[in-house]
Amino acid sequence: MTKQKVLLNSKEVNIILHRLTSQLIEKHEDFSNTVLIGIQPRGAFLARRIKALLEDFYKIPQIQLGLLDITFYRDDFRRSDKPLKANSTTINFIVEDKNVIFIDDVLYTGRSISAALTALQSFGRPKDVELLTLIDRRFSRHLPIQPTYRGRQVDVINEEKVAVQWAENGVEDTVYLISK
Amino acid sequence: MSELSVNHLLGIKYLQSEDIELIFKTADHFKEVINRPIKKVPSLRDITIANLFFENSTRTKLSFELAEKRLSADVVNFSAAQSSVKKGETLVDTVNNILSMKVDMVVMRHPNPGAGVFLSKHINASIINAGDGAHEHPTQALLDSYSIRERLGEVAGKNIVIVGDILHSRVALSNIFALKKQGANVKLCGPKTLIPKHIEKLGVTVETNLRKALEWADVANMLRIQNERLDISYFPSTREYTQQFGVTKELLNSLDKELVIMHPGPINRGVEITSDVADSDQAIILNQVENGVAIRMAVIYLLASKIKQL
Repeated sequence: MTKQKVLLNSKEVNIILHRLTSQLIEKHEDFSNTVLIGIQPRGAFLARRIKALLEDFYKIPQIQLGLLDITFYRDDFRRSDKPLKANSTTINFIVEDKNVIFIDDVLYTGRSISAALTALQSFGRPKDVELLTLIDRRFSRHLPIQPTYRGRQVDVINEEKVAVQWAENGVEDTVYLISK
Repeated sequence: MSELSVNHLLGIKYLQSEDIELIFKTADHFKEVINRPIKKVPSLRDITIANLFFENSTRTKLSFELAEKRLSADVVNFSAAQSSVKKGETLVDTVNNILSMKVDMVVMRHPNPGAGVFLSKHINASIINAGDGAHEHPTQALLDSYSIRERLGEVAGKNIVIVGDILHSRVALSNIFALKKQGANVKLCGPKTLIPKHIEKLGVTVETNLRKALEWADVANMLRIQNERLDISYFPSTREYTQQFGVTKELLNSLDKELVIMHPGPINRGVEITSDVADSDQAIILNQVENGVAIRMAVIYLLASKIKQL
């Protein structure tokens, strides 16, 4: 039987999003040389939220947002039982010499981010790359990758799953811990 | 559906319409990849592919090779002209020798119809048919449909006429299967001598008057007159063929619509279509070539994902 527990409710998610956005502004000021890249599929929701907050609430115009699909760069091709399903990539700007902020909802093994770093090379050589993640699953990393900006750090055992639901999908913003 | 229903691409006949849709969706992603500054992904870095061409080919071979390299596969090429086939080795022996060198996938063009099907029963590797005699040329049909979908939004319900030598054309047969599976209406047009008897059983109609066929159609796929396959005379002269079945700018302008012109290449300029038609905005011939790489990447990627890691 699966049990689910709420890790963050919509109010808490909202406070965290504001904090993360403020941290980004503190570092990147007017974002003139900074671009956001959401990791498909789930990082796209978070990335769009951050962009909306920056533009609408903090009045920083013209934030550049790209979406990066890492399917063809994953290291588990032909190794997982489920076939890998690709999503679209839309990066309509030059990454060369830009400050890139990767955005994903949950940081777990670090393998997605490793694949994203490889994928990003196809779009040029960025000045630097940072990582923003809503949930950081501590103690579960397979690679030496850490977030630059983290929403909430959680200690979760491997059998458990962290699921982020977004209001865009017709439910309230909620982060669940699901255990079997 | 996120996986193909087949382990080989031997012909469109063996595919389901869902397979075709999956290949197109995957090709959409690869089309974006091949338009990046760096046009390569590392997915197939541990896959080796042998391109076995027992019959001459330039563009198909080039297109497959580019697709394989853009997926980071290792590629070996083999063409019959320089091979031991000439010394009397059988097809199965030739291929098994190559597979002993740890090859995972075989792309094969062969002059005999059914060579791919035969091989798939005797060897242990994924096979992609790159043309077998006058039988099938599945990746060409897929890229043709993909190009129609790109230009007209969808294939279902569209009227497609295939003009020319249907009898000797593997492109025509694969196109008929592919278009019918996607719900398009297909008409064949050409000299009666070059249209196989009973072809209507495949659910197509036949028209020998080019103007009537073009008036009906949204897309015209102009096949090449394959002089190398015409063992006897099927029409009096090339000039007469052109007069009856060649598409000119005047003919296109006299239709009250924007007909899409396709050609699988290589074009005999001035025979099937005139130069001004081939170079016009109505022709999507070069789009077909670009889409060919994306489609072949999708097919190779999807078949490779079914080769499981030990």
